[in-house]
Amino acid sequence: MTDSPSAPAFEVSELVKSYRGITAVNKISFSVARGEIIGFLGPNGAGKSTTMRILTGYIPATSGTVRVCGIPVATRAEEVKRIVGYMPENNPLPEDMRVSEYLYYRGRLKEIPRSRLGPRLDEVLERCDLTRVRHRILGQLSKGNRQRVGIAEAILAEPPVIIMDEPTIGLDPHQILIVRDLIASLRGRMTVIISSHILPEIEMTCDRVLIINRGQLVAQGTPSELRREFLGRTRYLVEYAGDSALLAGSLRLIDPTLQIESPPGEGTGEASRAESPDGFRKVFLTTRQESDQGESIIRILAAQPGIRLRSFTHSHASLEDVFLAATKRSWDIVDSPLPR
Amino acid sequence: MRHYFTILNHETRMLLVNPGTYIAAVLFLAVMGFFFTGMLEGYGGAGQEQSPATIFFRFFFIPVFFMVPLLTMKCFAEERRLGTLETLLTTPVTTTEVVLAKFGSAYILYLALWASTGGFFYVLYRFAGDRFIDPGPLVGGYLFIAISGLLFVAIGVFASSLSRNVAVAAILSFTLLFGLIVGLNFLETMAVIDLEFMRPVKAAVGYAQVFEHLDDFSRGVVDTRQVIFYLSGTILTLIFSILGVEAKLLQG
Ligand SMILES: Nc1ncnc2c1ncn2[C@@H]1O[C@H](COP(=O)(O)OP(=O)(O)OP(=O)(O)O)[C@@H](O)[C@H]1O
Ligand SMILES: [Mg+2]
Repeated sequence: MTDSPSAPAFEVSELVKSYRGITAVNKISFSVARGEIIGFLGPNGAGKSTTMRILTGYIPATSGTVRVCGIPVATRAEEVKRIVGYMPENNPLPEDMRVSEYLYYRGRLKEIPRSRLGPRLDEVLERCDLTRVRHRILGQLSKGNRQRVGIAEAILAEPPVIIMDEPTIGLDPHQILIVRDLIASLRGRMTVIISSHILPEIEMTCDRVLIINRGQLVAQGTPSELRREFLGRTRYLVEYAGDSALLAGSLRLIDPTLQIESPPGEGTGEASRAESPDGFRKVFLTTRQESDQGESIIRILAAQPGIRLRSFTHSHASLEDVFLAATKRSWDIVDSPLPR
Repeated sequence: MRHYFTILNHETRMLLVNPGTYIAAVLFLAVMGFFFTGMLEGYGGAGQEQSPATIFFRFFFIPVFFMVPLLTMKCFAEERRLGTLETLLTTPVTTTEVVLAKFGSAYILYLALWASTGGFFYVLYRFAGDRFIDPGPLVGGYLFIAISGLLFVAIGVFASSLSRNVAVAAILSFTLLFGLIVGLNFLETMAVIDLEFMRPVKAAVGYAQVFEHLDDFSRGVVDTRQVIFYLSGTILTLIFSILGVEAKLLQG
């Protein structure tokens, strides 16, 4: 009756959703394996929330199929709702109920037997660090606590699949850390899809990232795969003092594709601005080569008497760069005139 | 229907902590008490041929106009505005269960408020003996309230299912109730309705005269056609409410 254990957690193919004239989701296809933690990224209005609502069976798709643990959402939405824990955007909660009262009611709706609900409630309250506020009124909780009530509600019935729409929005860094640990603790036992605008956040918790823009899937993969695909280069950050022409000359010897760039925000070309008072300056070296050039660069620069090297790091492009590159690329595609 | 009692229980508790309910209750008892004393003063002046219960229940529509909207306006409009309808409908409950439970809790409260007017009759009985208390019209009146209340509360739930604005829902349910109770009564007296081609309309309008139903019930006549009118109207309105909630999801 319920899910088949071998089916992937989500199978989405050619999903389309249009609202009177607006196509919010346009032919999205992806698949999520059991136990994965997936990050959903996209600019405002990309269609993240719409996709998530369709995955939970709350709104019907215009066309395309969605299977959750092998169960088609379109025809068997009732069963899908039994295996999905969902926290909507903005985490709506009734104003005038107490925390434990609310969770008890939700547990009953999710068909947790009365005898198991009490202990389960204590367990979830403990895990989400809500034990101290269990008798408080929901309308008077702080945002962090409200958000954790939403997460507690989503994991309450121990569903195999959890969908959370922006669980960390509006939280302070400390609370974000707590929520992140909470999500990480679900790893392996539950399949989790979260959407977020906070990219380091996604990068730290998620196994795989889906980037959507204007209703279309523009990229998917692990953060490092995406970095390679969209940025296609490795970057090193070098801090040195000395003649910059000398630096360029000696580097050309090892790798002709090596390029020297000033760090962002410090002006291009005007070396003086990037210089610290003691004469050191920072530059990025980017290469298109796959293999690690770090060792040879350090050796060359150390052997060069006119250059004093102070630090050398392998600089990881942030997911932010990937995000900007991926959404920009898709805008370019969308904005190019349509062939007629 | 596994979740019906869970939601009913929850909704009833939510109505009991809602200030709107107490406003409805206070207004209701104040207005009905005012009518009741006014009516008794009428008796003090000169004898009346009708029993107090018959006259009292004839005012039933005034509290219905404000009480039903106050009790039902929040049930879907508020949930939609807060977004909690989304959390509710993504659990394994069906829209039908939700609509029926919300209807059920509002109806229970409606009946409870009317039941409290029994106190007026009790006081009358204590101080005037059974001189004024005629059980026939009294029981008939309460029966009418219970049966017609089904339809009135269903109309309120329906109005709330159409909007995300509580005030709009309240005004809409007031308008629908007004149309049903007063509008149809007025329509029957209009001349257009006597035209030849309007005959089926005239028959339908004649069938839906809420005041005539009340008079029949008060005389102790329970016409099954009238009971069927309210029951089928209730079922139809609830089906429209379910469709109203689901149609909103379809269009987003
Ligand atoms: N109920 C609705 N009716 C009409 N259009 C809608 C509706 N809901 C969403 N849209 C449109 O669909 C598009 C996608 O919206 P969606 O809420 O899915 O974006 P999102 O990726 O979640 O954005 P955000 O990051 O701001 O939450 C938007 O253009 C939005 O205007
Ligand atoms: Mg969103």
